[in-house]
Amino acid sequence: MSNTKPLLEVKNLKMHFPIEEGILIKRQVGAIRAVDGISFTVNSGETLGIVGESGCGKSTTARAIAQLYTPTDGEVLFEGKDLVTMSSKELLKTRKNIQMIFQDPYASLDSRMTVRTIIAEPLEIYSRTGIMKMTTEEIEQRVEELMERVGLSRFYKNRYPHEFSGGQRQRIGIARALALNPKIILADEPVSALDVSIQSQILNLLSDLQKEMGLTYIFIAHDLAVIEYISTRVAVMYLGKIVEISESKALYKNPLHPYTQALLSAAPIPDPLIERKRQRIILTGDVPSPDVERYGCYFYDRCPKKMDHCKTHIPPMEQIDENHQVACWLHVDKAKWPV
Amino acid sequence: MKEKLLEVKGLATYFKTDSGVVKAVDGVSFDLYPGETLGIVGESGCGKSVTNLSIMKLIPSPPGKIVGGEVIFKGEDILKKSEEQLRKIRGNSISMIFQDPMTSLNPFLRISTQMIETIVLHQDMSKAEAKKKAIEMLTLVGIPAPEKRIDSYPHQFSGGMRQRVMIAMALSCNADVLIADEPTTALDVTIQAQILELIDELSKKLNTSVILITHDLGVVAGMCDTMCVMYAGRIVEKAETHALFAKPLHPYTTGLIQSVPRLDKDKKQRLFSIEGQPPNLIDLPDCCPFHPRCHKAMDICRTKYPVLTEVEPGREVACWLYRDKEGER
Ligand SMILES: Nc1ncnc2c1ncn2[C@@H]1O[C@H](COP(=O)(O)OP(=O)(O)OP(=O)(O)O)[C@@H](O)[C@H]1O
Ligand SMILES: Nc1ncnc2c1ncn2[C@@H]1O[C@H](COP(=O)(O)OP(=O)(O)OP(=O)(O)O)[C@@H](O)[C@H]1O
Ligand SMILES: [Mg+2]
Ligand SMILES: [Mg+2]
Repeated sequence: MSNTKPLLEVKNLKMHFPIEEGILIKRQVGAIRAVDGISFTVNSGETLGIVGESGCGKSTTARAIAQLYTPTDGEVLFEGKDLVTMSSKELLKTRKNIQMIFQDPYASLDSRMTVRTIIAEPLEIYSRTGIMKMTTEEIEQRVEELMERVGLSRFYKNRYPHEFSGGQRQRIGIARALALNPKIILADEPVSALDVSIQSQILNLLSDLQKEMGLTYIFIAHDLAVIEYISTRVAVMYLGKIVEISESKALYKNPLHPYTQALLSAAPIPDPLIERKRQRIILTGDVPSPDVERYGCYFYDRCPKKMDHCKTHIPPMEQIDENHQVACWLHVDKAKWPV
Repeated sequence: MKEKLLEVKGLATYFKTDSGVVKAVDGVSFDLYPGETLGIVGESGCGKSVTNLSIMKLIPSPPGKIVGGEVIFKGEDILKKSEEQLRKIRGNSISMIFQDPMTSLNPFLRISTQMIETIVLHQDMSKAEAKKKAIEMLTLVGIPAPEKRIDSYPHQFSGGMRQRVMIAMALSCNADVLIADEPTTALDVTIQAQILELIDELSKKLNTSVILITHDLGVVAGMCDTMCVMYAGRIVEKAETHALFAKPLHPYTTGLIQSVPRLDKDKKQRLFSIEGQPPNLIDLPDCCPFHPRCHKAMDICRTKYPVLTEVEPGREVACWLYRDKEGER
């Protein structure tokens, strides 16, 4: 790892959604702990993959970083400055560098707008606010340039999203995200809704763009093979917590957390010779609900290796080596176990 | 040679739409043997679900119509049966699991009511016996405390539990054939592993034949004895799973297998990708539908459809590369 400052630093980020009751007077009766205290850094030019099962808080993490939600607690430092406490004017300026791509290329694009309008919108907003000065011709030219770059003919400029296939729509979303020349892109399941043959086109496009433009990605997916392919480092989430974070190769070669091990062993490999010889760790039960406060390990209910104190004590994040951290009592020095 | 349990011959199902006729399934044939698990893979819209709905004669008409073919089950053509006879076959001899369990579970009825109804409809049993059988099946699929949970409503169960209830219902009638249409696509991998293991284990135990529809090549690799690859409403390649993965013949199959990122591969080479996108199924010209995306396309591919042909024992492929240029073997 280099000594330069990380591009993005997330510290103890929490996003709790209140559960309210009452008709006239609402009162909070509880909270959904969608993201429950996570910390990580992202270095310039790398791809941090976030993987985990449905409802573990991946999208909420991305949205809280982009300040689409105001975090319940914690800091989101971009180039050293905290987005959470920043003035709205300063936030608007900084946000230009942080863009999102969404999962559903059908729902995330406004169906009444032409491709031109969709891609030009961020440019026009920033021109209006005076943060960026661009003439109409410059914007027009930029839109065409972006379209060609993501593999769409500029002759499609005046078409509407429904006239495109899923993969093409995802290209439109990517062009829009690139419009302001961001430094980091938060891609929330950008290929999950696509067929494999289209998925590989988009994955290749994203890696080409990264190389050419020096982009940094946070890439969210539930497909482990996709995450491994695209990421330099990977964070594994479970129930609003990061349970393991590591350099990508080390995580797949030597997963330490029992949840990571189960997740890896459950992911099918498209080769019958290998697939049929694999030893699976089959977890029992389902992911519990995130609406209760937990005092022990969040994975306790489903863990095949649980110990007594796991139920009552949250395991600390341990540094295994320079690039590998895990939050599991099995990897904490026995001397430090609670009695 | 083993006797065929189900024989699909030249099945064709079209949909009339405002923009033209969608040839969703156009001449699909395959056989299913007792105890066999057959996989059907292909990309979204290639006709996997329509194929299997047609087998059960469950095509909404209009706009859909089964325009040709036969589905021979135990020597008789299902497509010629009356609605009354079909009701007996569905659930009794051939049962289905759908991708979204909420479409087939009634949200307003208790799980117990729905399971008992299904069992009584297909088997000669009293309600009390049926309830016992239902609890037995729920135990089998791993629902904890089934005596208590059986009286819950579907929304009180998680997605994985609902899918297990569906499997319990589908298997409670000792069907000969289980058609599972993307049974795990909506579920997480750890839950998917549970469900697939369950289907595999139960089908072996009860000697049920399974047609498993999926777009996940990894799932086919782990579960299926034989497999069909579909593209644009037709089967383009059919083989034993091991043989097909060892040496895919159709350029589409080859491309598909190479496009998937793999956990077990060390080298991070650039992913292979099939350029372009699947064709519109309206007004498909009578040539190879894959030719615009195929890097091995020849002149004949643009003018004539390559019929699915056996090129090696047990291996069928629809591609001109494996035929002589006159179109005759
Ligand atoms: N706006 C909201 N209000 C209340 N609860 C929410 C909200 N958004 C998300 N949640 C809850 O927070 C938890 C985490 O949701 P999130 O969408 O971040 O999960 P995810 O990991 O992205 O899942 P998926 O893989 O299904 O997209 C879930 O329990 C979800 O129901
Ligand atoms: N009711 C309908 N009316 C018109 N077209 C239909 C109808 N049902 C299916 N089709 C068309 O038939 C084709 C095959 O659909 P089918 O549902 O079999 O695809 P599939 O292979 O199961 O795809 P997926 O993987 O997305 O489930 C598609 O092009 C679809 O648009
Ligand atoms: Mg999400
Ligand atoms: Mg389908």
